[in-house]
Amino acid sequence: MNEKKVYYKTKKASLRKKYEIMKTILYLLQKEFIQVMRNKTMLPMIFIMPLVQLLILVNAATFEMKNIDTFVVDKDLSSASRELISKFQGSPFYSIVGHSFNKSEGEEKLLTDEADLIITIPGSFENDLRVENEANVQLLINAINGSAAGLINGYSSAVIADYNKNIISDWTNMPEMAESDPIEMTYSYWYNPEMNYKIYMVPGILVILVTIISLFLTAMNIVREKEMGTIEQINVTPIKKYQFVIGKLLPFLIIALIELSVGLVVGRWLFGVPIVGSLWLLFGFAVIYLLVILGFGLFLSEISKSQQQVQFVVFFFMLVFILMGGIFTPTESMPEWANYVNMINPIAYFMEVIRMIMLKGSEFKDILNELISLSIYAVLSLGLAVRMYRKTA
Amino acid sequence: MNRFFGFIKKEFIHIFRDKRTLLILFGMPVAQILIFGFVITNEIKEARIAVYDKSNDDITREITDKLVSSGYFQLSKKIEDNAQIKETFKRGDVKEIVVFEQDFGKKLINGNSPQVQLLLDATDANMANLLQNYTSGIIHDYSRNIQLSSNEVPVINAKPRMIFNNELRGVYMFVPGTMALILMIVTAMMTSISITREKEMGSMEILLVSPLRSFQIILGKVAPYVLLAFLNGVVIILMGYFVFDMPVNGSVALLLGETLLYILMSLSLGILISTMSNSQQVAMFISMFALLLPTMLLSGFIFPVENMPWPLRWLSTIIPAKYFIILIKSIMIKGIGLAYVWKETLVLLGMTVIFIGVSISKFKVRLE
Repeated sequence: MNEKKVYYKTKKASLRKKYEIMKTILYLLQKEFIQVMRNKTMLPMIFIMPLVQLLILVNAATFEMKNIDTFVVDKDLSSASRELISKFQGSPFYSIVGHSFNKSEGEEKLLTDEADLIITIPGSFENDLRVENEANVQLLINAINGSAAGLINGYSSAVIADYNKNIISDWTNMPEMAESDPIEMTYSYWYNPEMNYKIYMVPGILVILVTIISLFLTAMNIVREKEMGTIEQINVTPIKKYQFVIGKLLPFLIIALIELSVGLVVGRWLFGVPIVGSLWLLFGFAVIYLLVILGFGLFLSEISKSQQQVQFVVFFFMLVFILMGGIFTPTESMPEWANYVNMINPIAYFMEVIRMIMLKGSEFKDILNELISLSIYAVLSLGLAVRMYRKTA
Repeated sequence: MNRFFGFIKKEFIHIFRDKRTLLILFGMPVAQILIFGFVITNEIKEARIAVYDKSNDDITREITDKLVSSGYFQLSKKIEDNAQIKETFKRGDVKEIVVFEQDFGKKLINGNSPQVQLLLDATDANMANLLQNYTSGIIHDYSRNIQLSSNEVPVINAKPRMIFNNELRGVYMFVPGTMALILMIVTAMMTSISITREKEMGSMEILLVSPLRSFQIILGKVAPYVLLAFLNGVVIILMGYFVFDMPVNGSVALLLGETLLYILMSLSLGILISTMSNSQQVAMFISMFALLLPTMLLSGFIFPVENMPWPLRWLSTIIPAKYFIILIKSIMIKGIGLAYVWKETLVLLGMTVIFIGVSISKFKVRLE
């Protein structure tokens, strides 16, 4: 009988202890939320600025060529050359900014960026074509932006090839040659038949915004308390290390998740970004990712002496992680060593996985590798955050 | 005047005493330029593609070889059946699959127009567009050669010449952008934080009650940073020249002058930010969060501004980095002088004046 009583007593005590722990953490949470909410300058920045940026900047990220500013140097002025020019004029990709007989006038326009392409048709164009069966058209392309130059070259060659076909069918007795190409090419754009670049940018920019908010807020947090001296007050309380860390992590985790959800809603309704895969999987992955980032932020905060210092360090890592993570330029174009570095870049994982889940509907087994790596990462970064927190000054 | 120089001296001592921050200030931009110069590019070089060759004859193999030997692609996978296509795309390591239909070679020889299909993972529409253009260009060339070798028809040859960047190197596009981004953010961040720091620590009061005028205080505070940032700028240009083989075709003096102007603009932007914020946290948030993404996206660093919708083109005119990028490209690559870039120079100058003017009018001599 007595044993049973003791058993209940200890059980009750342990329950009470658990309750006490929970209560401590809840108080810490309450404190952090009050601090965030009462700061009237930071609050709109945390919630409004990311959304505004999402709304505006998603539209900017395109390589599509819409207005190729073209300068025409037509020395032939024959019906053939005029027809070729009108082909360019008729294409929605080109806007003709000027004509001249003088090539140097066109080159001047390249220097001042008023033209990106100069089409030069030699004086003997039509004659060559009729007599020699061959004529040249010169394309001068401003190639400082190499990939744009490649596209301009591609489009222009296609326009010229198209015109070539017209000529073959009009001038020769083999019109069937113009009808069919020796090899027929067809294209199919998977997951994004309309080639809408925005659906790719929305998840990417969301990742950046969520990351900046969570890393920045946590990294500033402890070092700020250090500078203000309030950390001492917490240090003298009986709060355990892990309780302290949980109390610091949870509020920012919640804020980041809210931000992510709002961003997803905006992306879905305003930009029509499909969410093919499972939202559960997406949010599950997001939580693990955020734990890595938050742990890392706390760790930086704990080892830094001043806000200034931590800010520069955060800025450094953030910029490197973001730009290497493949947000704007594909990771495939990067050199090999960059892909090794990306193995320790949490943003690269999340950037890839959020796009896979949302746009392609990738499932648990498709992202298993990334999930495992990031989980290990989360354990490491949280472990470091707990370890490095010193209650003694 | 003596008083003022004393103050500047104090600021210098202040900065150079903190070795750790100094190291960060110099090491960080250098490291970033090094990393980004190599990493940020959208050149297509040995992109991984897969081939689903249902025919597997001499001609399809020849076309595949042509794709691979172009240097743009590497063959990372051979696909054997339809089910594998979806799986490959879902795992995401291959962005393009080239599908040759059955009896491809036979049909071509008989003149039956065989079909080749390009399947593109278009989640990244920009990349898909580039891949498709490069691939179809190569296949189209092949097909045209067959047509021309067998018939006498009139042909128009397009002779492209790439001006300013013959080899289509990515660094010409991305190194100037990286310079502009890092120089501006580091400079604006340094200044705004150092001034708000005084505010937060309470030492601003001590300065305010001194006989120094408010513009002297500000000037003294930023003077060391002008030097630091200019050194940073020079190091960045040197690295562009030596590490990334950026040419300097124009005048070096003009290049340095424009760099200095851009730094002054960034400093005054930093001062403006500091007058608007009451804590380091806010200053940092503005100089990083508000400047980072807009500068990256609207300056022409990565995405050409001309292709954007008009509200964004309009917005881009207030992004200072845009003008600096134009200046750098004009002077370093095109090698043209002030006669061509006076407009951009004036804009930067105007921005500097406006930022300083607004800061002076907002600067509070009294504490609330």
